[in-house]
Amino acid sequence: MDEDPGKRFEAAGEQSDPTRLDGNAAAGILSEIFVSDLTVARATCANCGTNRALGALMVYAHGMGTIMRCPNCDAAVLRVARTRAHLQLDLSGARLVVVPSAPAPFAT
Amino acid sequence: MDSVLVPPRPRTISWQLATVVSTTIETPRARTLVLQVPGWAGHRPGQHLDVRLTSEDGYQTERSYSIASPPEASRIALTVERLDDGEVSPYLTDVLRVGDQLELRGPIGGYFVWHVALGGPVLLVAGGSGIVPLMAMLRHRAIVLETGDARMRHNVPARLLYSARSWDDVFYRNELTQLARDDETFEAAFTLTREHPAGWNGFRRRIDRMMLAEIAWPPAERPQIFVCGSTPLVESVAAELVELGHDPALVKTERFGPTGASA
Repeated sequence: MDEDPGKRFEAAGEQSDPTRLDGNAAAGILSEIFVSDLTVARATCANCGTNRALGALMVYAHGMGTIMRCPNCDAAVLRVARTRAHLQLDLSGARLVVVPSAPAPFAT
Repeated sequence: MDSVLVPPRPRTISWQLATVVSTTIETPRARTLVLQVPGWAGHRPGQHLDVRLTSEDGYQTERSYSIASPPEASRIALTVERLDDGEVSPYLTDVLRVGDQLELRGPIGGYFVWHVALGGPVLLVAGGSGIVPLMAMLRHRAIVLETGDARMRHNVPARLLYSARSWDDVFYRNELTQLARDDETFEAAFTLTREHPAGWNGFRRRIDRMMLAEIAWPPAERPQIFVCGSTPLVESVAAELVELGHDPALVKTERFGPTGASA
């Protein structure tokens, strides 16, 4: 269950941080690590227990990497740091990540 | 030896070269690039791709751009708006020519995605270049409904609320007005926040709660809602929709941020 479903959109208007993006914006860097699309996976925040699709987390992307934060408590759920030789993944902020085993159905 | 059924391994996304096959001016600041991408695996409406530019000294920079074309098209279209202080967009809008190659990877991101099989009603809210991924959804919807029966059309009614600075800043305006004219189950509403053509009878202000209440289906009809634009617009619209009683789980957002990420 979502702890506070409205929370994700609470920061509106003037308080808005223009560097804040959606989880979708992390899909590229995550695709360098995972073969599945992690934006449709669900993560449970280790700090507050909120369970969300990674696409619904808040993303702060910088040259050095990407931080995905919980929309409920703002804790870092997932961090990817990019160095010259490595991608460094820190998942300690996620208690559990559940990845769909089959792609979402889609017929054109 | 026993045979083991192994599920197909998901395709890893890697950088590949695309070729520009045509370009179209959309607005004074935006251009559509049509790309031929060999072996493109197909995308879903709403997905984006990453573009990577490499300078002569080896410096690389990446940006995300939403895909404007529907999955049914054989080529990929991106519409890019020039950000004057941008590192990548001025190259894409002003420098790149037909026949040039471009490094990209995708499709990326399955979260901000809608297709006809997901049903409706569907409410699309765009700010500026935020129309791009929503256009892929509308183009896909129009193609599928053209070949489907009338009942299908009434299963996926769609409404668009599109905020732009002026009528000249509206992307795809002929296509959108034509779609709205030809399809009784699609409505397009525009709000122009800075300049209005003579006789303009659309909205003239930033998207607010009253405007959303007027355009959106009632929350009880549980419309699927997709909001795309600058971070402040997206957060304000999404917050107002939740205040109006829409289920946050049905409100999907794509923020572009300051660098033009995702468009």
